[in-house]
Amino acid sequence: MTTSTTSSTHGKRYTPDSHSFPTRPYDLVKEMVIAGVVLLLLTLALAASFGSLDEKAITLQDWAKAAPNDVVATAVGELAGTTDSSGYGPPYNTASEGQKLGPLALQKWGGVRIPVNSAQDLVLTPLEAAPADTALKDALGTWQSANADQQTAWATAYGDALGATPDGNPADVATGDYGPVPVMASSFLTLAQSGGLEQLISPNFYGGDRTKQLLLLADGSYLEEQARARSLGGDQWGMMNEAGNYPGQVWLGLMTFWYQIPAIGGSENGDALVWAATAVIVLGFLFLPFIPGVRAIPEKIPVYKLVWRDYYRRNKTKR
Amino acid sequence: MSAVADTAPARAVPAASAPSPDRTSWTAWARYRITHTVPEGQWLPDRQPSYVASWIYVFGMATLVSLFIVIGSGVVLALGGSEWWHTSGVGHFFNSTHLWSVEIFFAVMAIHLWGKFWMAAWRGGRSLTWMTGMIALLAAVGTGFTGYLSQTNFDAQWIGAQAKDGLNSVGLGAWFNALNPAAALTLHIVVLPLAVGVIVIMHVILVRRHGVVPPIGAVPLIGAVPPIGAQEPTS
Repeated sequence: MTTSTTSSTHGKRYTPDSHSFPTRPYDLVKEMVIAGVVLLLLTLALAASFGSLDEKAITLQDWAKAAPNDVVATAVGELAGTTDSSGYGPPYNTASEGQKLGPLALQKWGGVRIPVNSAQDLVLTPLEAAPADTALKDALGTWQSANADQQTAWATAYGDALGATPDGNPADVATGDYGPVPVMASSFLTLAQSGGLEQLISPNFYGGDRTKQLLLLADGSYLEEQARARSLGGDQWGMMNEAGNYPGQVWLGLMTFWYQIPAIGGSENGDALVWAATAVIVLGFLFLPFIPGVRAIPEKIPVYKLVWRDYYRRNKTKR
Repeated sequence: MSAVADTAPARAVPAASAPSPDRTSWTAWARYRITHTVPEGQWLPDRQPSYVASWIYVFGMATLVSLFIVIGSGVVLALGGSEWWHTSGVGHFFNSTHLWSVEIFFAVMAIHLWGKFWMAAWRGGRSLTWMTGMIALLAAVGTGFTGYLSQTNFDAQWIGAQAKDGLNSVGLGAWFNALNPAAALTLHIVVLPLAVGVIVIMHVILVRRHGVVPPIGAVPLIGAVPPIGAQEPTS
């Protein structure tokens, strides 16, 4: 049996058929069983030692009890059209075109396929379905009979007045022309604190889709405050972090890396830019065998000599 | 792993020399395809080329078996339902098992991938093997992501609220709603695992079909002249 390494004969660029090399015993099934046992034991040991994180979901009642002023400000913002969801654009509404990638309006092209009217769906619908007292009934009647400009003017004025108080406390708001908004906001808070708001937003026995409830929660500042306190913010590598010391989606490190660059993470099209940058790298890896220069890196930096050191040593000796 | 007892190469019967299938029978065509996709004796060989002698090779198998552990722990969680693990100690343990098996799966898969990169394992007509591996990784990332979305806890709330912006920004949010944990769960336990499974099977078939990539710069025997046009553009 005579073998040889062949850079002198054919250069590195010829890759022969693997089936025409000398062979050695190799027990694949044994390897699979041993690897399976070792990894299963390691998994069980890690699970038993460290467990897994399970922080309860924040209910709208939790939010209303912990941060009532935030709930009021969010409800007023929904009515005024100043929250994230009300000005979001596709796929929820047409309030904006959303993010763009250069000239490509990808978000707009996706279309409004999950229609959400923030004022109606997140605030008015549950208020209308709630057991109404006279004050709320009158407030809703006044709101419905006003035109859109008047509604916006009332809600905006009340939102500004709330913002002018030290901590957004409705009790400290200066007197002004807010129409029925203070009563509606107060009733909304009471409703949230009672614990039935989720169901009134989406009156479906089985639940399932929680789009509207999560949009409402995310429109407030409480959810983000809780996340940032756990180092889960976008600029805190939050996409790959987990609360506490638990491992998160570490494999998203490549994507979350871009958010740490202020020019990208701080851009109004930041999410689209991050996706584009990640897509370029992923496609680069996918089509790596066809990219001149990049596919030659393993030959330039000979890590492969470590992998096949036994092969090269033996064949050097034989030669 | 040390090299032992090299023997002469046991060449598989070339598919080209086998009789072609009966063109009128779909069954015969299917049998021909199934039996000739991988050379005879290469589905589960008990010998490998002598250069297969490094710990890095173990990580391909480790990726496969860790996927089995991920699926197994996931099946137990699926039996209990989406909220079982919040209220049951046993359920929580299996959730922990699922979490750590996923972390191990991605860890060994990353080592496997980088190992194959530094071996330039796409050489010798193995581009599709590399690409199916990459697609399996992407499908696994999507599966992991939907798993996080379907936890029905604070983590899922925050991840969904953040992820929706990324998905929406490129139009994907119109088709996949990160704020719908029911949709995320069905994708997580049915659609995406099925995709991962199919791609991994394709990947393994390609690995067995082409065999383990030989060392860079090696030829098997003196006089084994490469066929005309065998020069590969690797620069």
